[in-house]
Amino acid sequence: MTNSITIDRAHFRRALQRTPFHDRFVALSTAEEWMAWNTYKVPRVVDKLSTEYFAVRSGCAVMDLTPMEKYRITGRGAREFLDRLVTRDISKLRPGRVTYVVWCNDEGRVIDDGTLFQFAESEYRLCSQHHQLDWLLMSASGFDVNVEVETHDVAALAVQGPTSYSVLTAAGINDLEQLKPFDIAELHCGDIPVTVSRTGYTGDLGYELWTDPAHALHLWDAIFGVQGRFDIHAMGLSALEMVRIEAGFVMPGFDFNTTESAVRNGYDRSPYEVGLGWVVNLDKGHFTGRKALQAEKAQPARRRLIKIVVDGNKPVGEAFIYTGKKGKLIGEIKCTTWSPILKANIALADIDCINGHLPSTLWARFDYQRELKWRTAWAECHAQSKPFYNPEHRSATPPATC
Amino acid sequence: MTKRTDAIVIGAGHNGLVCASYLARAGMNVVILEASDTAGGMSAPRTLGDDYHFPGLAHVACPVSPAIRRDLKLERYGYTPGKSIDTIALAENGKHLTIGSNSISGDGLPESDGKAYTEFRNQYLAFARTLRPLFENKPPRLKEIPFADKATLAKLGWNIRFGLGREGMNEFLRVAAINIYDVLNDTFEDDSLKGAIAVDAVLGSAMGPRTPGTVLTWLQRLHGELNGPLSLQSGGQSQLVHALTQSAEDAGATIRFNAHVDRILVDNGKAFGVELTNGEMVKARIIISNADPRATFSRLVGAPLLDTMFANRVTEIRGSGVVAKLHLALSGIPEFTGLAESQLGHRLLVAPTMRYVERAFNHSKYSECSEHPVLEVTIPSLHNDALAPEGHHVMSVNVAYVPYDLEGGWEEKKSTIAYKVISQLGQLSPNLTSLVVDHEFLTPRDIEEQFHAVQGHWHHGELSIHQSFMMRPLHGAAQYDTPIEKLFLCGAGSHPGGGLTGLPGRNAAKRVLELGGAK
Repeated sequence: MTNSITIDRAHFRRALQRTPFHDRFVALSTAEEWMAWNTYKVPRVVDKLSTEYFAVRSGCAVMDLTPMEKYRITGRGAREFLDRLVTRDISKLRPGRVTYVVWCNDEGRVIDDGTLFQFAESEYRLCSQHHQLDWLLMSASGFDVNVEVETHDVAALAVQGPTSYSVLTAAGINDLEQLKPFDIAELHCGDIPVTVSRTGYTGDLGYELWTDPAHALHLWDAIFGVQGRFDIHAMGLSALEMVRIEAGFVMPGFDFNTTESAVRNGYDRSPYEVGLGWVVNLDKGHFTGRKALQAEKAQPARRRLIKIVVDGNKPVGEAFIYTGKKGKLIGEIKCTTWSPILKANIALADIDCINGHLPSTLWARFDYQRELKWRTAWAECHAQSKPFYNPEHRSATPPATC
Repeated sequence: MTKRTDAIVIGAGHNGLVCASYLARAGMNVVILEASDTAGGMSAPRTLGDDYHFPGLAHVACPVSPAIRRDLKLERYGYTPGKSIDTIALAENGKHLTIGSNSISGDGLPESDGKAYTEFRNQYLAFARTLRPLFENKPPRLKEIPFADKATLAKLGWNIRFGLGREGMNEFLRVAAINIYDVLNDTFEDDSLKGAIAVDAVLGSAMGPRTPGTVLTWLQRLHGELNGPLSLQSGGQSQLVHALTQSAEDAGATIRFNAHVDRILVDNGKAFGVELTNGEMVKARIIISNADPRATFSRLVGAPLLDTMFANRVTEIRGSGVVAKLHLALSGIPEFTGLAESQLGHRLLVAPTMRYVERAFNHSKYSECSEHPVLEVTIPSLHNDALAPEGHHVMSVNVAYVPYDLEGGWEEKKSTIAYKVISQLGQLSPNLTSLVVDHEFLTPRDIEEQFHAVQGHWHHGELSIHQSFMMRPLHGAAQYDTPIEKLFLCGAGSHPGGGLTGLPGRNAAKRVLELGGAK
C-alpha cells in the first residue's frame, strides 16, 4: 500500500483557500455572504436566496463542489476494501456508475456518508462531506489498495435544476441524453475533457461536473455563455440547505453527530437511527460495524431521525418535540426550512422511540419572534416516509428539454 | 473423519495441549493441528546433528500450577517439577554471586544486601500472590461486569487491601507500575545482584531495567515461583510436554502433526473450520488458536473479515523479539573461572550491572546488536546425560538483546554475531571455544520462522502494562473469545501471558466451556 498526499505547502498562509471558480463567484456576488467549507471560501448566498432556490427548482443553478472531500481509491484490492468499508451491498456497482454509501466504525456508528464513483475495474472515487483520510488509511491496512486525496486536484461543479440538461447540452456537452441517474460519462465541453455524473444533492434533475482545475473557468464560461437563453444562477450553500431538506437528504455532523463530531459516549448515531437503514445490508458479507448493527437490529429501536411536516406557517427554527400538546418531551428538530414549493414547514427531527415505536402523535413547541417579541407556539407534526419533494422530471431519461 | 470434531486447537504448544486436554476432559472431541512434527512449540526439544539434544527454546521454567497438574493428572503421566537450581551471577574477576531462592552468597557481597534480599523476596512474593486471582482467571471486564469477574475483582481487592495490609498495599501500589531499576537501587547495593534480578524482570521483553512496568513483569515471573522454584528443562523428551501430550491423548484429544493451518474459515462472522497449507479443510464447531494473536487475526482470519478498528489494533500489538538462542555442542565440560564443576548445573548469568543490561537493551532499540549482550547460560547435559554422547555436553544460551530487525538484515551478520557471543563466553570459560563441536544460533527471525511467533517474540506480544490483563492481547479479544464467533485464543498472547505456565490454555478452556462448549 502506498499513499501520496497532495498538499499545497503554502496553504497555511491563507486562512481560506480559493477554488478555481472563485473569481467568477466574486464577479457575481452582490450579497457578499461568504463562508468556510472544508478550508475553502465559498458563497453562502451569491445574490439572493430566493432566486437561487427557485433556480434549482424551476431553472438551473450552478454550485461550486470543489471543496467536497474526494478520494481516489485504486488497486487490485480496491473492491474488497470498499466492501469492508461501507455498509451497503455494492456488488452491483460497475464502472460508469455511482452509488450512495455510508460507513461506520466497529460499534456500528456512522462516520460519514458519501457517493462512490466507479470509473474502471479497480478505480473509484469516494466523495464525502468530512475529511476521511485517516479512517480510509486505517481501513486500508491488510488490503492491496491505494488511497489518495484528490480534493484539491479536481474542480467540481454541480449543475442542478429542471433545465440543467438543456443548459449543459446548449453549453456544448453532448451525449447526456441517455445518461441515467447515477451514471457517469467521460465527455467533452468543447475541447475540454469533463467527467459528468448524473448526481446531486438537490433532489432535482442535475449533474455534477468534474474536471482539471486548469479547465475550470472554460467550463464555467461555457455554461454561463448560454445564460441569455436559459435562467442560470450561481448558487450558494444556503439554497442548497433548503433543497436538500426538501429532498430528505441527511447531513452527517449537522443533523446528527457522527463518531467524529460526538464528544460523549452515546451521542453518535447508527445508520438505522438516522434513516439510513436502507443502505445497510447485513447479509452482504463482512463490513466494519456489521456485528454491532446486527445486534442493534435485534433490539427494539431506540430513536429515529424522521421527516416531519410541521403545521402552520410560523418559522419553526429550533424546536422540541412532544408526544402531544404539553405531552412528554421526546425529541427535537435537527434541521428545518420553509419549503416555498410545498408551502410547508418541513424538518428532520430526532425522536426517541417508546417501546421500540415512534409515537403516533408529535407536537413541536417552538419560539418565534413577531415584531421583535418572542412568542411560544405549538404545532402538530406529521411524519413522512417519502422525500418531501421528488418530482418526476428528476429521474426521467432522457430528461425533458426546454 | 467420521466423528464430529467439536474443537480444533491450532498449535500443539504447551498452552494448546493444556486447553485441548481440559476440553477433552469435558467431553469434547478435540483435534490439535500442529504445523511441525513435534508437540511442545517453544518447549519442544531440539536436536543438533544426531547426538546433541537441547531442551528447546524455553530452557528454564517454574512448575506449572498445581491446579493444572491436578486437573490434567500430569504426575500420573510422569511430570515432576524439576530440581531447583540457583542463579549464579558471573563476574569477570571470578567473584561470582550465587542467588538461591531464599539466600544469596558471594565474595564481597555487602552484609546488608543478604538481609535485604530475604525481605525483598518475601515482600514481592506476597505481591505476586496478591495478583493470583487476576492471573488464574479470565481478566475481568470493566463494563457490564459479569458475576464471575466481580468475584475476581473482589478477591484482588481483598488481597491488596487485607492480604498485604495497609503498608504492604501502599508499597504495592507505589511500585506496581514503575521500573525495576529504581526499586533495586532503593533496596540493594551490590551491582551484580541488581543486574541479576533485573534480568529476571526483563528477559524476553523489549524492555530494559529502566522501562516502566518492569516491576510488573518481574511479578509475573515471581508468580511462577509460587508454584515452585526455577528448574532446568532437561528431559530428553521434555517431561512437561510429554505429560501434557499423554494427558490430552488419554482424554481423547487427537494430535495431527505436519498440519499447518493456512486459514481460519469464517462464514457469516462465525468460524467453522480451518484450511491447511496442503488445501485440506478441517471443520469443527469451535476453533481455538494457540498461535500468536497477530498471526491469528492478520494472517489466518485476515483484515477483510475484521472490523477496521479491531484489525488496526491487531497490527499495533507491540511484540518484537529481542532474545536469540545459542545452542552449543561441546566435546567436554567447559571450565568457568571461579566456578566449581558442581556449580555448572545452575543458571549462569552474564549481566554484571543494571547499566550493562540497559546498555545492551539500548542497542536493540536501534536495530543493533550490543557487543556486550546479556547471557543466560545453562548446561542441560549435566542434569541428563542422555542429551549428549558420553563425556560431551550441550550448552543452551539465551542471548539478549538481539533485535528482530537487525540493521542490514540477518543473512550476513548472523554467524559473526554467534561467534562474538561464543568468544564472549570464552572470556569466562577459557577452554570453551576449543570444545565447540557444533552450534546453532536462532535469531528472533529464525524463531519467527520456526515457531510461528510473530517477530520472534517469546510471549506472542510484549508483557507491557498496556497489553496486560483486560488489554491482553487487545481490547475486543481479552477474554479468549474474539469478534469472530466460535474463534477463541488460548496462547501466550492472551492473559496472563508467556512462560511455561499453561494458564492461558486453562483460562481459555474454562471460557470455552462457560460459553457453552461445542453447543
